[in-house]
Amino acid sequence: MRDPVCGMTVGEGSLRVEGHPDLGFCSEHCRSAFLADPDRYLGESEGEGHGGHHGHGDSDEEEEDDVGHGFAGRRDIIHLSVEGMSCASCVATIEKALSSTPGVVAARVNFANEEATVEVDGAEVDALVAAVERAGYHARPVAEDAEAEDAEAEARERLYRTLLKKFWFAAIISLPVIYFSYPEIFPGIPPKGSTALNLIWAGMAVATLPVLFWSGGQFFTGAWSAFKHRTANMYTLISIGITAAWLYSTAALLFPGMFPEERLRDVFFDVTAVVTALVVLGSALELRARAKTSEALKKLIGMQPKTARVVRDGVEVDIPVEDVVVGDIVVVRPGEKIPVDGVIVSGASTVDESMVTGESIPVEKVEGDPVIGATINRTGTFRFEATRVGKETMLSQIIQMVRDAQGSKAPIQRTVDKVASYFVPAVLIIAILTFMTWYTFGPSPALLYAVITMVTVLVIACPCALGLATPTSLMVGIGKGAEAGILIKSGDALETAHRIDTVVLDKTGTVTEGRPSLTDVVVLGDVEEDRLLALAASAERGSEHPLGEAIVEGAKERGLTLSEPDDFEAVPGHGIAATVDGHRVVLGNLKFMADQGIAAGAAEEVLARLSDEGKTAMVVGIDGRLAGVVAVADTIKADSVAAIRRMHQLGLEVVMLTGDNVRTAEAIARQVGIDRVRAEVLPGDKAAEVKALQAEGKVVAMVGDGINDAPALAQADVGLAMGTGTDVAMESGDITLVKGSLTGVVTAIELSKATMRNIYQNLVGAFAYNTLGIPIAAGVLYPFFGILLSPLIAGAAMAFSSVTVVSNANRLRRWRPSFSQEVA
Amino acid sequence: MDVVIVNLVGVALIALIVWYFWLSSSEGTAATVTAGGVQETRVVVHGGYEPDTIRVKAGQKVRLLFTRQDADPCSEKVVFDEFGIAADLPTGVEVPVEFLPERPGEYEFACQMGMLRGKVIVE
Repeated sequence: MRDPVCGMTVGEGSLRVEGHPDLGFCSEHCRSAFLADPDRYLGESEGEGHGGHHGHGDSDEEEEDDVGHGFAGRRDIIHLSVEGMSCASCVATIEKALSSTPGVVAARVNFANEEATVEVDGAEVDALVAAVERAGYHARPVAEDAEAEDAEAEARERLYRTLLKKFWFAAIISLPVIYFSYPEIFPGIPPKGSTALNLIWAGMAVATLPVLFWSGGQFFTGAWSAFKHRTANMYTLISIGITAAWLYSTAALLFPGMFPEERLRDVFFDVTAVVTALVVLGSALELRARAKTSEALKKLIGMQPKTARVVRDGVEVDIPVEDVVVGDIVVVRPGEKIPVDGVIVSGASTVDESMVTGESIPVEKVEGDPVIGATINRTGTFRFEATRVGKETMLSQIIQMVRDAQGSKAPIQRTVDKVASYFVPAVLIIAILTFMTWYTFGPSPALLYAVITMVTVLVIACPCALGLATPTSLMVGIGKGAEAGILIKSGDALETAHRIDTVVLDKTGTVTEGRPSLTDVVVLGDVEEDRLLALAASAERGSEHPLGEAIVEGAKERGLTLSEPDDFEAVPGHGIAATVDGHRVVLGNLKFMADQGIAAGAAEEVLARLSDEGKTAMVVGIDGRLAGVVAVADTIKADSVAAIRRMHQLGLEVVMLTGDNVRTAEAIARQVGIDRVRAEVLPGDKAAEVKALQAEGKVVAMVGDGINDAPALAQADVGLAMGTGTDVAMESGDITLVKGSLTGVVTAIELSKATMRNIYQNLVGAFAYNTLGIPIAAGVLYPFFGILLSPLIAGAAMAFSSVTVVSNANRLRRWRPSFSQEVA
Repeated sequence: MDVVIVNLVGVALIALIVWYFWLSSSEGTAATVTAGGVQETRVVVHGGYEPDTIRVKAGQKVRLLFTRQDADPCSEKVVFDEFGIAADLPTGVEVPVEFLPERPGEYEFACQMGMLRGKVIVE
C-alpha cells in the first residue's frame, strides 16, 4: 500500500491510524501529518501523494514539515524590519496592512525592536514590503542570520565586559579582606577581640556588601527566578553560600553575646568576597569559551556573500544578494564569491568548494555544471543562472540544519538531565545534613565548623559542569562535521554513529560513480582501434541509452571526431544499427549479430572475460563483419578503495547491496575489497536487508544516495545520504555527506567517536568532581586525617570546573579527519 | 537542647526542599486558541520560563511565542526534545515555536543545559 502523505510504498507492518485500516505510514512524521488533516490526504491516497518523500516539494508539503517535525518558525515565517513607526498605534496599522495581504495567515508587529513577524502561506516578501510601504512606512526583509548573530555577539561581549568589571571590583576588595581576616597569620593586625580589629571587620562587612549585591547580583536574580519556577541552579547554591558566610560573620561582629565562646566570634568576609570574585571570573571565562564552541556555525554564516553582479536589461549591475531572484543571470569573475546557487550558462572556471563540501581540490566547471553559493571562483569568468536564492540556497539550508542539530540532544544527555534535575536540591539537602552532623557530633566550636562545612558544600557543587558536558561537545562536533562537508542532523545520529559495527553500502552511486563509462575497446577484425571506436560512437549518437552515451563520451575523451549517423535503428534489448560515413555499423549482443548475419563466434571468449569483470560488453560489426567489442562499466569512485580499507581498519564490517547480478556485484566487490555482497536485491528490499542485519544484533549504518534508498536509510540505525553537487538529499539521511565520497563515511564515524570520547571525558570529569568534591567539602576526611577543605579553595574549584569542561570541548576544534591528514 | 532544635529545623528544611522542588507542581496556564485554530501562549524567558507550565489540548497545533529578556547564555536556546525542536532565542526577539502534540501527556522543554525547565501538559 501507499503512504497517503508522502506517496511512498509501505508494507503491512507499517504505522497505522485508527479508522483507516487501508492506510499505512512510512514514519511517525507522515502519520502525524495525516492526523493533523486527514481530509487533505484521503482523496489522494491512490494517487502520487505529495511529491517525493520528505522532498523539497511544494509549499504544502513544507508546511506539513513544520507541523510534523515542529521546526521553529522556519519556513513560513517572514521577518521584516519596519522603519518609521512613531507610536504604538502604528503597530495596529501595519498589522492590518499585512494581514489583509493575500497569502498572509497572521502578522505581528513588535514596536520595541521595530520588527514585523508575518506568518505566510504563499505570500512573497515583495508583496509584504509593498503592503507596509502603502501604509506609509518602510520595510525590508531582515537579514536574519548575520544580524541576529551580530546582535548576539554584541550582547555576549557586553555581558563579558560587565562580568570582568564585577570580577575586578570583587578581587580588589578581596585583598584587604583576606589580609585582615587572619590576624594569626599576617603581621601588623590588631589582636582578636580588640576594638580596633572589630572596627576593621565592621568596615569589611560594609565593603563586602557591594561585592555581594553588585558583583554577585546575577546570583541572586538567577536564584530567585529559578526559585519562582520551583527549580534550583548553580546560582541558588552560590547565593546561599556567600550570604550565609556574610550573615554569620556580621552576626558574630554585631551580637557577640549570641556566641558564648570566644572562638565562635570569627568572620568569613573573605569567603563572600573571594568566592564571588572567582565564580564571576569563572562565568566570564566560560562565556568566552562557549562563544568558541559555535565558531563553526559563525564561520558558515559569515561565508554568505553580500552582493551579486547580475545582468538586468543587458547591463551588469551590483545588487544586494537578497535581491537576486531565481532566473537572474549572474556574472562571476576570478577570485569572486559565487553569490547564490545556479547552473553555468556560459564560460568555464575552477571553483574552490572546500567551504561547503570539505573537498580541498578545486572543481572544474563548464557550461551546464551546477555552482554552489558562497564557494569561490578561482580562474575563469562565467555567467550562471540563479536556481536557488535566499533561504533555499544550499548554504542557508546547511546553516539551518547545523543550527537545529547543535540544539538537539544526544540520548546520553537525557540521563544527565534526569540527574541534573535532582542535583541542586540534593546538594541543598546534603548541605543541611552536613550542618546538622557537624553541629551534633563535631568538635568544638561546633557551630563554626557546621557553618564552614555547609558553606563549602554549597560552594563546591557544580551543576554547570554537568549541564555543559554534553551540549558543548556536541556543538563543536557538529560544527566540525559541517566544516568537513558532513552534515549531522541530530545529537542522536552523532551518538549512534560511534556504535556502528556494520556499514551497508549501496553499490550504484555510492561505491561507484553511478553512471557507466567506456572501459575497453577490443579489436577482433581489421579495423584499427580508434576507427572502430569512432564508428561505434558515431552510430550510438542516435541512441539515448546511457550505455550509448558512455561510448560517445569515451570517444570524445580520446579526441576522436564523430560523424552524424544515418538510418539509425534501435532494437530494444538487442542493439542498434546505423550508417556512418557510408559504413553499416551494428552494435549489440551475440543474438543481434546473428540476426544481422554477422559471424561473431570469435567474440565469445572476450565477452565472457569482460562480463566476469563486471562490465557490459557489446559486439561491434562493421559492413557485415565482426570488428571488435566495446565495453562500458560503472566505474568505481576514486577514493572508494581507500575508504573501504579504512573502514576495515576501524573494525567495521562492510556489506554491499546491489540490484546487479552476482557476477557484476562480485567483480566490483573484489576491486574495492568488500567481503560481503548481497546481489540482485530489489530496490524495495534494501530496507529488509538492513533489518536482517539488525536482527543479527548489528548496529547498521546504511550509505545510499538518499532518493532511491530512503526506506533503507530510515531503517538503518544511522542513514548516511550521499549528496552530489547542489542536490543535497538532506531530508532522507541522519547524516548527509555533501561531497559524494565514501571517505565521508569514515570521517563521520571518526568524528562521532571523537565527539563521544570528548563527551565521556566531560561527563566522567564532572561526575567525579562532584562526587568527590561534595563529600570532601562536607568533611568526610576530617575524622580520619583531620583534613577540612577551605571554602576559598572550593570556590576556586567550582569556578574552574565548568571552564575546564568547556575548554575540553573546545579541544575538539583541533580534530582533523584522517583522510585530510593523508592528503596533507 | 539546642542540638535537638537545630536538627528538627534541619529535618523540616529538608522536608520543605523535597516538597517544594520535587513534589509540588504549579497549575499551569491554559493556551488561548487563535482564530486560525492554533493554541497560542506567550512565554517570557528571564532566568526561567514564565509561564513554565502550559496546558494544551491534544491534536491541535500549538504555538509558543518565546521572548528572551535576559542575556544569560544559559537561556539562548529552548529545546523541545520530544518534538525535535531547538530554537535560538536572541534577546528581545519573539520566536515562535510550533508543534502538534498528538497524545496526551507531559512534554518537557528546557534550555540546552537543562537548567531552565518548563513543560507542556497535553490533555
